[in-house]
Amino acid sequence: MLWKAAAIGLALAAGIGAAHAQNLTMAVGAPVTSLDPHYHQLSPNNAAASMIYSRLVETDNLARMQPGLALSWTAVEPTVWEFKLRPGIRFHNGREFTADDVAFTLARIPNVPNSPASFTTFVRPITRVEVVDPLTIRLHTATPYPLLPMDMTNIFILDRETHEGATTERFNSGELAVGTGPFRMVRHANGDRIELERNDQYFGERPAFARVAYRMITNDSARTAALLAGDVDVIDQVPTADIARLRRDNRVSLQEITGLRMIYLSLDHMREDGSPFITDNDGRPLPRNPLKDLRVRRALSMAIDRPAIVERVMEGSATATGQFLAQGIHSHIPGYPVPRFDTEGARRLLAEAGYPNGFRITLHGPNDRYPNDARIIQAIGQMWTRAGVRTAVEAQTWATFVGRAGRQEFSAFLLGWGMNPDGSHPLRNLIACFNRDTGLGASNRGRYCNPQLDAGLAASSQNLDPASREQQLIALERMALDDVAVIPLHIQTNVWAARRGFTVTPRADELTRAQDVRPAN
Amino acid sequence: MALYLLRRLMQSGFVLVAMSLLVFLGVYAVGDPVEILISPDADQEERERAVRALGLDLPLWQQYAVFVGRALQGDLGRSFVFNEPAIQLILQRMPATLELAFGSMFISILIGLPLGLYAGLKPEGRLSKTIMAGSILGFSLPSFWVGLMLIMLFAVQLGWLPSTGRGETALLFGTRWSFLTADGLAHILLPAINLSLFKISLVIRLTRAGVRETMLMDYVKFARAKGLTPFRITFVHVFKNIMIPVVTVLGLELGGTIAFSVVTESVFAWPGMGKLIIDSINVLDRPVIVAYLMMIVLMFIIINLVVDIVYTLLDPRVRLEGKA
Repeated sequence: MLWKAAAIGLALAAGIGAAHAQNLTMAVGAPVTSLDPHYHQLSPNNAAASMIYSRLVETDNLARMQPGLALSWTAVEPTVWEFKLRPGIRFHNGREFTADDVAFTLARIPNVPNSPASFTTFVRPITRVEVVDPLTIRLHTATPYPLLPMDMTNIFILDRETHEGATTERFNSGELAVGTGPFRMVRHANGDRIELERNDQYFGERPAFARVAYRMITNDSARTAALLAGDVDVIDQVPTADIARLRRDNRVSLQEITGLRMIYLSLDHMREDGSPFITDNDGRPLPRNPLKDLRVRRALSMAIDRPAIVERVMEGSATATGQFLAQGIHSHIPGYPVPRFDTEGARRLLAEAGYPNGFRITLHGPNDRYPNDARIIQAIGQMWTRAGVRTAVEAQTWATFVGRAGRQEFSAFLLGWGMNPDGSHPLRNLIACFNRDTGLGASNRGRYCNPQLDAGLAASSQNLDPASREQQLIALERMALDDVAVIPLHIQTNVWAARRGFTVTPRADELTRAQDVRPAN
Repeated sequence: MALYLLRRLMQSGFVLVAMSLLVFLGVYAVGDPVEILISPDADQEERERAVRALGLDLPLWQQYAVFVGRALQGDLGRSFVFNEPAIQLILQRMPATLELAFGSMFISILIGLPLGLYAGLKPEGRLSKTIMAGSILGFSLPSFWVGLMLIMLFAVQLGWLPSTGRGETALLFGTRWSFLTADGLAHILLPAINLSLFKISLVIRLTRAGVRETMLMDYVKFARAKGLTPFRITFVHVFKNIMIPVVTVLGLELGGTIAFSVVTESVFAWPGMGKLIIDSINVLDRPVIVAYLMMIVLMFIIINLVVDIVYTLLDPRVRLEGKA
């Protein structure tokens, strides 16, 4: 009798333990705004989409390409990429996945009404879609295009029968949020939470949790408090101010990885004579724009104590850098140095350039966009002033800042850039000459322009040999960085915090997803 | 009366137009929504497509004309961010905000009235002085700080109450409400208290002032002389008369709470309208900002109208006149 009771007790305890381990509650800092995977290209939306839908090419936590709905991809001809699809895949509603669904998806992307940021740039190089058989699809391009598989890591595949004519609203209501991903949609309360349950037919690794509540808590302190109170098991975007405290707390563990977001300073390369926020020491405008002089740019870069910013402003959750991508990521330049902090050297260079007494500049930046953004430019302002460039600092809200930066209203300003793990991404967007016809330099807000670099970029963009292409890109990155096209500062560390009993695989691309959480002992 | 209502309606229409115009100009002055919403690696062609898709390629006056034309047909536009009708987004979140606002109102009356009454009846007592000193704290402490402290104390340290979010909901009148479930009540308690602190102080001070003034009135003295019990004097003669200012102020406070409980909602991750409007302002989601503010203006106009009408019922000396 006693034994029996004990056995029942044990069974109950085990049952409770198992039930507990089946549920996961996570809180993210940035709200998901739509469950239509093609409506708004935005990290939080992509994170939510990658729980419900899947892509031809998936990425692992270091942003390397992995087979997804496609098992393999090869350039069968210089302008034709062939994808072999995974057989036997079904959507959550039981419909079969075939090459025709890929064709449907690619056709839908440019035609999502009212999209404020569409995925069209990823499908524009495709000139023709050829469905060879239900499990083979060929994508034709006008010129050789090595980036096509990487572009496919952004495209979530929908089902033609289910999603023909589907509106964004019907995705948001949850009705049509049907994919092939690791979780199925249960309920969506816009801006508040998404409830999911495990898709047992998922082709990839089986998620550890059967039910997931994906909550959005935008206030940093409230998110940390919810974790400490045990209301949520995992949070992302741990504020740097809380990191030291959480490290000491044995109820939680932190999971970190060097990310893909570079914080950098952009400089006015556009104006030859006089930049709007640069004057001489008496406040009179300068006849020439000193930032056009490489010596001045190098001086400004070496006047910045990057390790001090990382340690004191970022509380250690960043890596000082002199280049675009972190170690271990494609196109990282091996051994390229972080510019050495040297105030005296900066003064010498400024004197050589004809500014022995420096000049005055206003450094602009956002105050609500990147971790500690306003404090970073304050620190840099002090460092520049110490090197003889008297710096005023002006931080403003992103909504105002980004528009003005895009109209070239500033002389020097802080920005961040989340990279694709490929050197062509920062080069094409931030460094290449601004050119509407080629679509290059679209985020080149300082209007740096180096025709030699553009020519090299054009050559590499048609090179289908991965190894020689990476070498080309590394040489171009060197060219841009030696010329101080922008001043890289640091690469952010992505930090998650989990309650005891949970562990997160941290991702370089900042996505927070339920399939990356596992029970820990 | 009819003339009065007509005039009020016309004034309201004017306020609505002015408000929408201000929001249009304001958002235009702050920045460009496309710059914020667009994916960073979009090329120039894609940016231009997005500008056209959101109707931002037209001159501002034409954008406004398009808006007015649609608004007259009852369509206040679609959110840039959610691609859903702005009004629908706001209405979806309204129940959460309403129950929070009424919850805090309820708490402030429940706590504020008795304390204020006591402080008014025994102004020199030690307890009264403590109450009055406490009410100063309620006025002066910033609500986001108090909110965080409440979370730290009751959720993190003591673990009595959930820290954030809205709990389980139950269906009533076709809408989901959380005050109908135990879990929902546990979730609403902290944010409602946070939101009510200021109002508790307000009620205490109004009640105390009212009681002290009324206690000196002739009819109270007369009632006392007549030998009525202190209980009857307080709750029949005094109480009725101090309720008029309390009700007026609370009515307006209710409007303010519904419209601008932004701080509390974001600290407690409460999925209400306040959180929607602050998120929308951050990304310059103009249709939502316009629709929200127009709705709030409408709400205040209606509350004021109701208050005016209620006055005439409460106090026969007040007349609603057509002439100003």
